[in-house]
Amino acid sequence: MRLTLHVWRQKNANDRGRMVKYEAQNVNPEMSFLEMLDVVNEELTLKGEDPIAFDSDCREGICGMCGVMINGVAHGPRRGTTVCQLHMRKFHDGDVLYLEPWRASAFPVIKDLVVDRSAFDRIIAAGGFVSVPAGSAPDGNAILVPKQNADISMDAAACIGCGACVAACPNASASLFTAAKITHLGVLPQGQPERHERALRMVAQATVEGFGSCTNIGECEAVCPKEIKLEVIARMNRDFLKASCTSRGASASSGGG
Amino acid sequence: MELNAQVPSGPIEQAWDRAKFDMKLVNPANKRKYNIIVVGSGLAGGSAAATLGELGYNVQCFCFQDSPRRAHSIAAQGGINAAKNYQNDGDSIYRLFYDTVKGGDFRAREANVYRLAQISVNIIDQCVAQGVPFAREYGGTLANRSFGGAQVSRTFYARGQTGQQLLLGAYQALERQVAAGKVKMFSRTEMLSLVVVDGKARGIITRDLITGKIEAYAADAVVLATGGYGNVYYLSTNARGSNCTAIWRAYKHGAAFANPCFTQIHPTCIPVSGDYQSKLTLMSESLRNDGRIWVPLKAGDKRPPDQIPEAERDYYLERRYPSFGNLVPRDVASRNAKAVCDEGRGVGETGLGVYLDFAEAMTRLGVDAIRERYGNLFDMYERITGEDPYKVPMRIYPAIHYTMGGLWVDYQLMSTIPGLFVIGEANFSDHGANRLGASALMQGLADGYFILPYTIGNYLASTKLEKAQSDYAEFKREQADVAAMTTRLLAIKGKRTVSSFHRELGKLMWEHCGMSRDARGLELAAGKIRELGEEYWRNVDVLGSAQEFNQALEYAGRVADFFELAELICLDAQHRNESCGGHFREEYQTPEGEAQRDDQHYSYAAAWEFQGLGQPPALHKEPLQFEYVHPSQRSYK
Repeated sequence: MRLTLHVWRQKNANDRGRMVKYEAQNVNPEMSFLEMLDVVNEELTLKGEDPIAFDSDCREGICGMCGVMINGVAHGPRRGTTVCQLHMRKFHDGDVLYLEPWRASAFPVIKDLVVDRSAFDRIIAAGGFVSVPAGSAPDGNAILVPKQNADISMDAAACIGCGACVAACPNASASLFTAAKITHLGVLPQGQPERHERALRMVAQATVEGFGSCTNIGECEAVCPKEIKLEVIARMNRDFLKASCTSRGASASSGGG
Repeated sequence: MELNAQVPSGPIEQAWDRAKFDMKLVNPANKRKYNIIVVGSGLAGGSAAATLGELGYNVQCFCFQDSPRRAHSIAAQGGINAAKNYQNDGDSIYRLFYDTVKGGDFRAREANVYRLAQISVNIIDQCVAQGVPFAREYGGTLANRSFGGAQVSRTFYARGQTGQQLLLGAYQALERQVAAGKVKMFSRTEMLSLVVVDGKARGIITRDLITGKIEAYAADAVVLATGGYGNVYYLSTNARGSNCTAIWRAYKHGAAFANPCFTQIHPTCIPVSGDYQSKLTLMSESLRNDGRIWVPLKAGDKRPPDQIPEAERDYYLERRYPSFGNLVPRDVASRNAKAVCDEGRGVGETGLGVYLDFAEAMTRLGVDAIRERYGNLFDMYERITGEDPYKVPMRIYPAIHYTMGGLWVDYQLMSTIPGLFVIGEANFSDHGANRLGASALMQGLADGYFILPYTIGNYLASTKLEKAQSDYAEFKREQADVAAMTTRLLAIKGKRTVSSFHRELGKLMWEHCGMSRDARGLELAAGKIRELGEEYWRNVDVLGSAQEFNQALEYAGRVADFFELAELICLDAQHRNESCGGHFREEYQTPEGEAQRDDQHYSYAAAWEFQGLGQPPALHKEPLQFEYVHPSQRSYK
């Protein structure tokens, strides 16, 4: 297979950046998308040209480090798949592909296709946890969790924090990410004591980071490699609203998801 | 160098309690006066940093990824063991201890393993309380399954994403401490050297991967939780970034490296498809609970699997090991796969693969039950291979997965450098020569939540620590050395890429120091590795500069360390004239082709001490005593 790639090249955060065209020769359909980029980079290096910077680590779809826009779609054309698990057999000989980084003001570009997603860490730090210091836990089976709740929780907990939802959203909203964590903990008995504070704080932090609001477009759900459902945002909004009315602690200063 | 394991005397059941009681404590008000560096943010490092923060210490935590949540613990699929005996099937702390010592082929330290088994139950409690969404039964209790090498159901799991969920639990606890101001997190920051002042570990030198800045950090103790070194084989189930740099550079500063040749090969990975391949993907071995492994009876049988009748199939594990069948430990399963492929009975285009077949299980349990249990794994397989495992048997082949070897630590998890603690996969302590399934997560969290937080306090309370600051001469010198190495790599401007060297190194290692080894091959490999390593420093091409985001430069430093480590692995494998666990020496096998241990001569942990570049390292032996589990020939027949 031969492909034409137009890749976003940006030397650092201060560089303006531009699209650069490359030809990828000898692409094997068995390769993963990132392996194809590895091969392009090998060729660039041997020609003395700066290889394309992109993030990846586990390359098995779970660490959440990889992610690029392929022809405007976060993680590319295959549903429920990170770009590291996307294989070239999904493409055709002669395809022209445009590769760009996640674009959101809360995700500044570091270099080429690499962005800074530390805003997600700060949203978790704002309340995405159960406060239980090591050593203070009761016996595991002392906390019964109905299987159905455990399953809903697990569906939401599957989020890998890759940021595709933000990249796909016209508002660059982090609602799917934030709501996935609020749902994961909020449907479990362990998450109840801090449930409302959590919703208030995490939503407030997302706003501080510069993510937009949710207007129920659903692009996030469409590109989520873990197929997190839009339903989690409804749960977040419910918790947020309830907390805003009943909260005795932190003020609900910002808008909902 | 003297190895003192500091194992408490007396009955093993009380050893940990006694050790805890004998420890000196740091007064709660004084904890904030101590600074601790934790390198790595996986299950071990993340849980340690969070717990130390909860206790009141000032923690600085470093990871090379963009977020602590990316650490490769996240990719563990199958589960975590705990001796809860919730299934009422005869499990106990003693049984988990026994299984782990035996599974490790009698090359682990008994007292450490016993403590691990004891703590396993606390880990589950802790993780449940954090909100880890473990699988549940309809009554709301925790579900369990049996897992590779165990005859009881003691494995807790969260679908096929147990590592992810446990890591998110630790990560969330860590972020809570970040918010509380007790942990300062340094992401995209790589440790490139250790600083030793007056014989004690007092800090690290790092490179900021975005700006390229080389910086020094001082502390009262340093914890390495940087994972394993499987990527020395190039292709492994590790993440692309997983590397040996932190532990290797600590080794070069005096920390002994134990049992480097104990590497684990995982039997159920997706086979290699081509030269461009960047990693191997593991399929959880929980699949072996329901999948049946087979190859054609006749060599060279190229018929598609559905056209090979039952009578012409060889379910070789069930045939050779009737009592454990497809659930034999990893090393045994891997070696048998290699053996049938060597006989020309391997399947797939390359002939390096065996079938893992769910047809019988789907008939017995129904397709839905299989989808419920393994759906995400089947999907992953389909994405990677383009084949549907609901219709065609999976093809699997062994791949490098885990490294039991690592920096030597005593019972307190301290290395041979005072003040340098090593936890999780980065140390050598608990798995002997072979790790059982679902035990890596257990060890990482035991070390981080429940062991290190005590032992590090004991060290701090009982050690007189002079002031050390990052502008001291020792720090400046290390900083200059790191900068010099970076400059040197960039100045070579050779003709080969870093990955071409890494790939060649990996092939040498896999061929001569992989699933089976022999003295001649190891010697040959050591020579070739040295030559290739020399060429590396003459002919590698690293573009760009040191003062920018430069992935090739990061990679080049890691591969340079892999070359040196590879030589040590071969040396260790060559010196150990026996077969045990993952270390299989062709010359030492039973008539049935099983590993033949030599307890009389090799019942010790081999700890290697660096003697300078180009000098052979010094070998120190920690003898292993087995007072509880008596060494026997492992038998899974």
